[in-house]
Amino acid sequence: MELTSWGRYPRIVASGEHFETREQLKRQMDRDGDLIAYGMGRSYGDSALNQRVVFSRRFNKILHFNPETGLVACESGVSLQELISVFLPQGWFLSVTPGTRLITVGGAIASDVHGKNHHVAGCFSTSVDSFELMLPGGDVVLCSREENERLFRATCGGMGLTGIILTAVIRLQKVKSAFIRETVKQCRNLEEIFNCFEKYETLPYSVAWIDCLESGEKMGRSVLMAGEHADTGSLDMDFNQPVSIPFDFPGFCLNRYSVKLFNRLYYHTRSSFVENRLVPLDPFFYPLDSIGHWNRIYGKGGFTQYQLVLPKTASYEGLKSILDRIAKQGLGSFLAVLKLCGPANDNDLSFPMQGYSLALDLKIEKRLFPFLNELDRIVIDYGGRLYLTKDVRMSKDVFRKGYPLWETFAELRETMGMKEKFNSLQSRRLEV
Amino acid sequence: MNLLVLGANSDVAYAVAAAFARHEKASILLASRNMELLEKKVQDLTIRYGVEVSCCYFDVTDFESHSAFYESLQKKPDVVVYSAGYMPEQQEDAQKNYKEAQKIFAINFSGAAAMLEVVAADFEKQGHGTIIGISSVAGERGRQSNYIYGSSKAAFNSYLSGMRNRLCKRGVHVMTVLPGFIHTKMTESLELPELLTAQPEEVAEDIYRAFRKKKNIIYTKWFWRWIMAVIKGIPEAVFKRMGL
Repeated sequence: MELTSWGRYPRIVASGEHFETREQLKRQMDRDGDLIAYGMGRSYGDSALNQRVVFSRRFNKILHFNPETGLVACESGVSLQELISVFLPQGWFLSVTPGTRLITVGGAIASDVHGKNHHVAGCFSTSVDSFELMLPGGDVVLCSREENERLFRATCGGMGLTGIILTAVIRLQKVKSAFIRETVKQCRNLEEIFNCFEKYETLPYSVAWIDCLESGEKMGRSVLMAGEHADTGSLDMDFNQPVSIPFDFPGFCLNRYSVKLFNRLYYHTRSSFVENRLVPLDPFFYPLDSIGHWNRIYGKGGFTQYQLVLPKTASYEGLKSILDRIAKQGLGSFLAVLKLCGPANDNDLSFPMQGYSLALDLKIEKRLFPFLNELDRIVIDYGGRLYLTKDVRMSKDVFRKGYPLWETFAELRETMGMKEKFNSLQSRRLEV
Repeated sequence: MNLLVLGANSDVAYAVAAAFARHEKASILLASRNMELLEKKVQDLTIRYGVEVSCCYFDVTDFESHSAFYESLQKKPDVVVYSAGYMPEQQEDAQKNYKEAQKIFAINFSGAAAMLEVVAADFEKQGHGTIIGISSVAGERGRQSNYIYGSSKAAFNSYLSGMRNRLCKRGVHVMTVLPGFIHTKMTESLELPELLTAQPEEVAEDIYRAFRKKKNIIYTKWFWRWIMAVIKGIPEAVFKRMGL
């Protein structure tokens, strides 16, 4: 079958099987050759792609819930959407959620995803109490901060390269309503948005849309969206049936002029400043989930997301230099997102670090990769790194410089036989 | 409402149980062979929908055990869904190995005929109840690629139709479900045309809606009614030369 991820680049021919029980998974693992777990295919690049994959989506049973503590035990193929629809009506919500609810719990752990509240709540792994991991030989071990702590830190953010996550116990947070009290503020340039992030740091959620095509005075023009869970409003929420993009847009639809037009419209149709308005939680966290197959906007050649983070002290200079290059190159992106992250955790390969993260969706085209190689050098020079979950082209060197713990991770893979059993196109490219 | 699902480890069965739990808050009994899997599903459905769910061992091909199995049920069901199904590869497996063909008949038809007769006798006595048989559009016309499976489903269709005829006078409803392609573990190894292939959840919603409306025969998704009308309309002289 043809297999690809959210960026629809690359597309490969692969074989894959579902599993519903541990025995089935074990039988698949016992066969020769390496494999990687594939959940909902929402990582952007090649981190879940391999000639052979195991599909976790049918391994999706919710096993236990404690309504006193908010601890839920479930299998790794359960999606965040399923957790929300079951537990939000009871007053519980994910402690950490990325910008899509269409991912599995296993994927959330393997990518150690982060969300709008990273600066206060950390990554997804912060809300993970423990998980069971199937190792290369088929043995299952419980991993937590107390038990098999080394495996815990390697697996959270480990891109599925340490084993197959079977079940997880995660901690939900108590909420009083399915609404968010949102503040929206236009910022005219990079300096203003930086100040704004600092100003709203006490709010648990914040993120900004940024216009990457503006330069000079207007460079870094953006719209900050911040918020917190509301105290009032009902707990009921219906996910709207997504409107689907029915076909691939022709490649020429996306160019610097259309993006510029879109950016202008987007910026000027936002309110310049609104405070504490009540908005439903679904569009606040998951604006794009209401559009099915939005990846088709980028045409059939696919796209990638370039997400970088820079240490806080270097963020202003570094971002200016990066935005400057992007504006000059005219590689606009509809979806450019800026976020102030909190401190890094001690997992081997988790992405966030204290500082600013910038994410750009970019159509795959000939001039793109050489250009991104240039950006890589700036990111590395300023002490930053790229997000593995979005990556499809980073070089081994850029990876190693960005993730100083790579060696410990690679060593663990070597000694525990993971290197023979679990591989993705990405792991081979990064030689990890 | 008490729902009994026979062959509860199929993907469609789970989705149907979930639909009845969501809409009807039905108490559910899942019956199948793999207890590890069933017990997980009990936990799962209980947490997701806040309904009473339990499970028990049931082997559709152990015909002798069926009436004792039904006797042993504490609460007798109001709705019974037969969703056991088996479809191996035909050319390599079922045509060459009669054991495989026999297994197809046993799971898809004989097991249903044995078990549903027990259920029908009870429903007839009670004067109410609904039997839902999950069959297949493959039973509507035999095709070279899948006629062994198809004929088992054709037998099931006739069986359900006759039972409907018999029981409608007793206040008991029998519904035949004819799904087309569905993404399930049964069809995992097949390359199915994406546009024609449903998710188990969509099929389950169709089944629940049809149950509410007391439909006799439903196609799911809906367009299979028209696809099958065309396929059934092809004259045999032409059909036999086709490569379906």
